[in-house]
Amino acid sequence: MIAGPRSRRVTVAGVRYALLIGAAVVLALPFGYMVSTSLKAHTLLLEYPPRLIPKSPTLDNYTQAWGANNFGRYFLNSASVAVATTVGTVLLASMMAYGFARFRFPGKGVLFGTVVVGLTIPTMLLIIPQFLLAKNLGLLDSLPGLVPFYVGTQIAFSTFLLRAFFEQIPMELDEAMVIDGAGAWRRYWNLAIPLSKPALATVAIFTFLGSWDEFVWALTVINDVSKRTLPIGIALFQGQHGTSWGLVFAASVIAVVPVIAVYVTFQRQLVAGLTNGALKS
Amino acid sequence: MTTTTPAIGSVTRTAPGGTDRRTPGSPRRRAGWAGLVFIVPGFALYLLVIGWPAVQALLISLRDYKITPGAESPWIGLANYTRALHDPVLARSFVNAGVYMLTTVPTQILIGLGLAVLLDTVLPGRTLFRVLFYLPVVTSWVVVSLLFQYLFATDHGVVNWFLVDVLGVVGHPVNWLGQRWTAMVAIGALGVWKGVGWSMLIFLAALTGVPRELHEAAALDGAGAWRRFKHVSMPFIRPTMVTVVILLVIGGFNVFTSVLLMTNGGPLDQTQVPLTYMYRQAFGYLDFGYGSAISFLLTGLVLVIAGLQYWWARRTADGGAK
Repeated sequence: MIAGPRSRRVTVAGVRYALLIGAAVVLALPFGYMVSTSLKAHTLLLEYPPRLIPKSPTLDNYTQAWGANNFGRYFLNSASVAVATTVGTVLLASMMAYGFARFRFPGKGVLFGTVVVGLTIPTMLLIIPQFLLAKNLGLLDSLPGLVPFYVGTQIAFSTFLLRAFFEQIPMELDEAMVIDGAGAWRRYWNLAIPLSKPALATVAIFTFLGSWDEFVWALTVINDVSKRTLPIGIALFQGQHGTSWGLVFAASVIAVVPVIAVYVTFQRQLVAGLTNGALKS
Repeated sequence: MTTTTPAIGSVTRTAPGGTDRRTPGSPRRRAGWAGLVFIVPGFALYLLVIGWPAVQALLISLRDYKITPGAESPWIGLANYTRALHDPVLARSFVNAGVYMLTTVPTQILIGLGLAVLLDTVLPGRTLFRVLFYLPVVTSWVVVSLLFQYLFATDHGVVNWFLVDVLGVVGHPVNWLGQRWTAMVAIGALGVWKGVGWSMLIFLAALTGVPRELHEAAALDGAGAWRRFKHVSMPFIRPTMVTVVILLVIGGFNVFTSVLLMTNGGPLDQTQVPLTYMYRQAFGYLDFGYGSAISFLLTGLVLVIAGLQYWWARRTADGGAK
């Protein structure tokens, strides 16, 4: 043999890296182009051939998007809705999951079955009746009114994932706490919650990203310009100003940065949560 | 559905071969109504926001629904559904979504699985790659749809510049979003680009469950990388594969935001998909009854296809266990 096992291993690693880097470049290029466009002066946006590196980069688009075009407002709107949705979902779903994982009572199977069915319902099927419901409840054009609908959408999957985690916690730990006189609430709050941090983090990340990125529902129920969230702000902004792509992409970068920050900070938990979680059936 | 629970426990807590582990908690789970106190708040919200609208969706689809206050919304039976069956635009929208699904799902699975296999070893920079590949997944559909609209623009788009000026394979700039099939190419490219990181992550999670010793033993027996993948890894990720295929097929038929923002179903309804058409009927023409009927037809079709896949996967899994 000419190629020994060692040089062969080196070749394999080289091919592996080449493929991975190629894929990374292809996947990152559109983002790179978005950032580069957001740094171009207005007059250079339609230059041809297109330039990946802008000739004289400027932050004008950012200051203009943030100030003159209300994006600061939209950013705060999105942030408060996403935080409220995340807190609500984590609390309600973890309580529900705890009830399903730790107690027996008549009708439990039917209730859990109802939640599982919710995993299969496409959200767009419900948009018409949900719109009519929001109208009847007076929740159209209301930022806090978005929250119950976002929580409701996220709660089935979150409950499913968290129940699986709670079921792994040995019952002996509960028994020990019962002997110490702890009630159900304390066993939930002081035992189940602290032991389930990766799962709770996973649910929190998915919920936060889901409501931060949500577009269709917000587009459908929000009319008031000052109540827009970032995704509708960006989409409608593009319509209003034709081809102000520099502004559109500056706003997009502003919207993407928190997502990347949240994801990069918590991605370890996310992977752990998924690896051990319900998707691994 | 309930079969998922034991597998989860076995991943983290069971030592290899520890099959005698009892189901956690179940013998001593508490009887009583205390559990309901935990369930009621979340469940009530769930019923209000998901359960009740799900029933309403069906009822609305059987009416000629009027949104104006005080107006009657008469029952019209299946008239919305018979109308749907004779609507050529709706038929085209289903074909478009079907083509989108059939092209993007296999591509995402192949690339996603390939990337997962490449990343499934200890190698420097592993986390960086994983984060990079997943970024399009967490970026909103709005941002990436506008971005791809820009990339595929006719005059100053990067894609045309690359094809015409750099490669020279096309003589004139292509009006990508102005024709049915080229628009579907752009929309499909976006779907794949945004989706591969998701299937990569799920497959990567599944691959971590494959015991290293099996790979090492197979390698000692002289099995190459491909044979080890096929005979050692594949059986382990098979259940994951079924889940991923079903979820991607459902997602493919539910394609919406990218079409809405990139073509809005145009030109002349050529790129309409069921959900953009439904949205136009409901919130453009305020025909909520017809819109609901379209939603139900789509949901029914998707559930039947997903059910068939699930049934087929189970059948072949049983038959294959010799």
